[in-house]
Amino acid sequence: MALKMVKGSIDRMFDKNLQDLVRGIRNHKEDEAKYISQCIDEIKQELKQDNIAVKANAVCKLTYLQMLGYDISWAAFNIIEVMSASKFTFKRIGYLAASQSFHEGTDVIMLTTNQIRKDLSSPSQYDTGVALTGLSCFVTPDLARDLANDIMTLMSHTKPYIRKKAVLIMYKVFLKYPESLRPAFPRLKEKLEDPDPGVQSAAVNVICELARRNPKNYLSLAPLFFKLMTSSTNNWVLIKIIKLFGALTPLEPRLGKKLIEPLTNLIHSTSAMSLLYECVNTVIAVLISLSSGMPNHSASIQLCVQKLRILIEDSDQNLKYLGLLAMSKILKTHPKSVQSHKDLILQCLDDKDESIRLRALDLLYGMVSKKNLMEIVKKLMTHVDKAEGTTYRDELLTKIIDICSQSNYQYITNFEWYISILVELTRLEGTRHGHLIAAQMLDVAIRVKAIRKFAVSQMSALLDSAHLLASSTQRNGICEVLYAAAWICGEFSEHLQEPHHTLEAMLRPRVTTLPGHIQAVYVQNVVKLYASILQQKEQAGEAEGAQAVTQLMVDRLPQFVQSADLEVQERASCILQLVKHIQKLQAKDVPVAEEVSALFAGELNPVAPKAQKKVPVPEGLDLDAWINEPLSDSESEDERPRAVFHEEEQRRPKHRPSEADEEELARRREARKQEQANNPFYIKSSPSPQKRYQDTPGVEHIPVVQIDLSVPLKVPGLPMSDQYVKLEEERRHRQKLEKDKRRKKRKEKEKKGKRRHSSLPTESDEDIAPAQQVDIVTEEMPENALPSDEDDKDPNDPYRALDIDLDKPLADSEKLPIQKHRNTETSKSPEKDVPMVEKKSKKPKKKEKKHKEKERDKEKKKEKEKKAEDLDFWLSTTPPPAPAPAPAPVPSTKSPKPKKKKHRKEKEERTKGKKKSKKQPPGSEEAAGEPVQNGAPEEEQLPPESSYSLLAENSYVKMTCDIRGSLQEDSQVTVAIVLENRSSSILKGMELSVLDSLNARMARPQGSSVHDGVPVPFQLPPGVSNEAQYVFTIQSIVMAQKLKGTLSFIAKNDEGATHEKLDFRLHFSCSSYLITTPCYSDAFAKLLESGDLSMSSIKVDGIRMSFQNLLAKICFHHHFSVVERVDSCASMYSRSIQGHHVCLLVKKGENSVSVDGKCSDSTLLSNLLEEMKATLAKC
Amino acid sequence: MIQAILVFNNHGKPRLVRFYQRFVKEIQQQIVRETFHLVLKRDDNICNFLEGGSLIGGSDYKLIYRHYATLYFVFCVDSSESELGILDLIQVFVETLDKCFENVCELDLIFHMDKVHYILQEVVMGGMVLETNMNEIVAQIEAQNRLEKSEGGLSAAPARAVSAVKNINLPEIPRNINIGDLNIKVPNLSQFV
Repeated sequence: MALKMVKGSIDRMFDKNLQDLVRGIRNHKEDEAKYISQCIDEIKQELKQDNIAVKANAVCKLTYLQMLGYDISWAAFNIIEVMSASKFTFKRIGYLAASQSFHEGTDVIMLTTNQIRKDLSSPSQYDTGVALTGLSCFVTPDLARDLANDIMTLMSHTKPYIRKKAVLIMYKVFLKYPESLRPAFPRLKEKLEDPDPGVQSAAVNVICELARRNPKNYLSLAPLFFKLMTSSTNNWVLIKIIKLFGALTPLEPRLGKKLIEPLTNLIHSTSAMSLLYECVNTVIAVLISLSSGMPNHSASIQLCVQKLRILIEDSDQNLKYLGLLAMSKILKTHPKSVQSHKDLILQCLDDKDESIRLRALDLLYGMVSKKNLMEIVKKLMTHVDKAEGTTYRDELLTKIIDICSQSNYQYITNFEWYISILVELTRLEGTRHGHLIAAQMLDVAIRVKAIRKFAVSQMSALLDSAHLLASSTQRNGICEVLYAAAWICGEFSEHLQEPHHTLEAMLRPRVTTLPGHIQAVYVQNVVKLYASILQQKEQAGEAEGAQAVTQLMVDRLPQFVQSADLEVQERASCILQLVKHIQKLQAKDVPVAEEVSALFAGELNPVAPKAQKKVPVPEGLDLDAWINEPLSDSESEDERPRAVFHEEEQRRPKHRPSEADEEELARRREARKQEQANNPFYIKSSPSPQKRYQDTPGVEHIPVVQIDLSVPLKVPGLPMSDQYVKLEEERRHRQKLEKDKRRKKRKEKEKKGKRRHSSLPTESDEDIAPAQQVDIVTEEMPENALPSDEDDKDPNDPYRALDIDLDKPLADSEKLPIQKHRNTETSKSPEKDVPMVEKKSKKPKKKEKKHKEKERDKEKKKEKEKKAEDLDFWLSTTPPPAPAPAPAPVPSTKSPKPKKKKHRKEKEERTKGKKKSKKQPPGSEEAAGEPVQNGAPEEEQLPPESSYSLLAENSYVKMTCDIRGSLQEDSQVTVAIVLENRSSSILKGMELSVLDSLNARMARPQGSSVHDGVPVPFQLPPGVSNEAQYVFTIQSIVMAQKLKGTLSFIAKNDEGATHEKLDFRLHFSCSSYLITTPCYSDAFAKLLESGDLSMSSIKVDGIRMSFQNLLAKICFHHHFSVVERVDSCASMYSRSIQGHHVCLLVKKGENSVSVDGKCSDSTLLSNLLEEMKATLAKC
Repeated sequence: MIQAILVFNNHGKPRLVRFYQRFVKEIQQQIVRETFHLVLKRDDNICNFLEGGSLIGGSDYKLIYRHYATLYFVFCVDSSESELGILDLIQVFVETLDKCFENVCELDLIFHMDKVHYILQEVVMGGMVLETNMNEIVAQIEAQNRLEKSEGGLSAAPARAVSAVKNINLPEIPRNINIGDLNIKVPNLSQFV
């Protein structure tokens, strides 16, 4: 053995360690991959060895290789092995590897639960720490559920090092197991005031993360945080808190008012830029939340803007960036105060730093007005020309479109200008945003009716220059514009100047190189154009012209019929047939134009993008119900995980007929034509000169020389946007002059009237009238659309599950799961001292608990109300003028601690319960606890039975009672008496006097004599019942006995009060001395073998009840538990309050039941069996 | 929350890769590469915040980085973190490395990736900032190192011995030694310790 150890360690010294591996990789620069695969083989060998040190070393190396991108998931099991090493050195390596490579999909992760639990409770704080750190990286919902309780215990660990880690990891636990949030929250809140700053900071951190996602649930913590803010000196914590307030203020404007003062003080006093910046940020948030209610905070805004200007002017680029970032927040509500810094922001547009330029761009968005839009866009356009790098250029492009299109083109006064800007943007090389431009073109053309004529002329020019767009080397997004152009020209063809020209442009053979979805639009819109041309020609009486157009269609459409794209092909062949038919009609001189244009009659209205979603679901329609039974094996769509790091690639259209396809197609086409020509039976369509021309090598076969033009081409006929700027200026100038004239006149009038009306000659936006009368069509929404704006919420948001009300008191069921032993049928007996839970004896306690819960509920409710009042009160006070605000009332930490160690707490609770028991309301009289069957299979359920038996009754009161053995004190039983008032009088002054016997004595309050009655601690209004509990001490329990007693009370009604009495007899049966105690089969066998038990038996005939129910009855009435059950034979066990063991063997025959009993006391046994006989006889 | 912490050198060689959200390893490598390219083309005198790019999907996330000599330290964080705070945190992290390694240089990070991870674990845990006080961080790390040393005993001794042997630049150590040789070598070993 020793030799083996030595050998192991010697072996180890020749293994590579991490440093050797790194060195080796550096020495094998040329064949790194080969070297590493060799190393991985070695590692696999090492992992097979028994020596844990070797394994740990191997895992350490794997962690390094993982960083280089090698797969180490195959070693997951070995990693777990190393994690479970006893030495910290190895354990740490294992946990590191696990934290780097484990994730929710790792299947072996479920093996770690117990190991982690063990490490969490390790006496070494570093073992615990390393487990917590590791777990924070790979916690799964299962792990979170199983370990939540252990982690919560660690939150109160003695070492702050563990506490802070436990607090932090709770956030991860909440995310994975949202049910844990409520039970754990009170303790988390306590940690906000932990003496250790690290723990405090961790708690702030966690609550800030939680509150950021669901701020409204954390509003009640505001006073506490406020206190922390004014007392803490840790900048890190301060920043977090201030950020949190930024999230809370939108929900509670009063909070904002309270915050402004201390925040402005901080802004003035702090030297830490990070803190200053966050303060400014939160003040901005406050101002935003106040902007509706309180207009007068100009001082604060000025302070913020002024501080931000200092940041932006700072030479530190980081501060400049952040200044701009914060500025954009002010912009939303106080654009005026930002607009005065336009110079600064435009200056930033020229910054060499792209991040800063982007931020400045963001700011521009809010700074445009009708007045300066053209100017700003012009500046941006020059940037577009200058920009190197497509990302920034694309960003500029989207910004231009954003700026112009914001709030329904609010700032655009001249749509001709806008269209020409869009057309200019189409000349951008290599932009990805063709679809954006296209969407804008469509939107403007559809919604601004006045612009259609102009738009159509521009679009036809674009279509004409289509070869320019399509022939650029990287055919990319920009050809999307043609989609819009084609559609606009087709749809609004009545505005076209030269429709015939455009038609030809759209039927050019080069069009077939466009992506399929664009070709499809071409085909469709060609027909629209065709229809309008036909109409024109027919009206003008040019029959020949009409026929020529038809002929053009018939000639050119076949190129689309051959398209590889199904959509194009289908549309084209449909339309081709239609046109051929028209041709026939035309030959007969039938006017067709009317009918053809009827195909496209009517106007298409824009529909809001959300319209479909907003259509209310008609009543009685269940959208989730299957119409047909689903196919058994439907392919699930692969869902892409929404990752943060993700490329936007899906957007690019994928319809790109590959070059090879095209060649192939051409080849086949050729072959087919050849075949058709040679086939005498093939009926050709009427040959025409054009057709023949087509048969010769088509235009598409003429090689096109691609010219690389670096200068943006000026498309002839396309007006430059610049000229609009000039025109616009002139127009405005004219307008202004006119207005001034008018104003002067008015002024003169006013002067004459001697009225002092100071109308400042400001040139506001409203003064500029748009050039065209713009009629912006609003998007259509379905009738009775739902106004909700819920659609932005992502149903898969993991934080949504954490939207939990935290002020509500904890319910009984809200507990963290505790690991329990599972009772299996042949389980071994547990340690002797473990008190086993049994439902029977728990029942009264349950009631107590429920009761207590109710009380606590009430308390909590009160507390909550109080808390809400507190918050209101705290918020309502006007901010104190002094910099140090009055200490806020801190919500008490009285909140109940969730019970975690149920078993252990039981004792305390019971005793508590006893003391409190006098205030018990009666629980429901039905037996809450079903009989316990230890390991017995459940078959059928007995109807609920009451264990309460009638004690006595008269016209006033009914007494029922239940006697149970007490677990805690030997030789004691608890008698629960339920008193029900059946009269119409109030019963009060109730007293219970019981005559003690030698054997049984009632436990009375100290100092009272044996003959005094014991008061019942409640009064009973009519119809009400309540329960009182009394404890009796029993000397000998081997015999049943009866105690006489009297209940005396005063019945008071309208007529007066009478003194009444009710006698009763308490019957202590032997069964009532028994306590249901589970027993394991091995212990049971030992007990029987021991031989010091006396035996007795009974037999009862005529029993028809099922065996299962029979056993249940014995369990219920006589407090036994089933040890083992085989067919119609069962062994049962119980224990008396004085520790007698009672074992039963119950056998069921045809119509009879025999019970053999063994007990350490023969008298007790025979009495018990007699009682049992009575019970069984009733069955 | 911190999404990822990446350390790579001027040539894009990763020195520390720590993701707090799950990505498959190919994506991880791609992110490291792309981040490197994004950061590389930025001058030293422009701001240390980066956004956009194809790398980061949400506007909520930012790259915050610092460049020290041959190494880039990049943190990817969401909006709950203070930008300047994270810059400070990077500084704390680097200063801690400097204390623990005594004049840290790239080589330390190359050969002791595991130790760098352990140090980082005391600063950031599961994407959340654990400790910002450098003295506290250093104290915890030293305590753990002491614990490791005390455990070292049998298993660490030969390793140290071997690296001593290796540092003498022995050309090649035969890997398959029979038992006979072993017995001779054992006593000699202790001299290196």
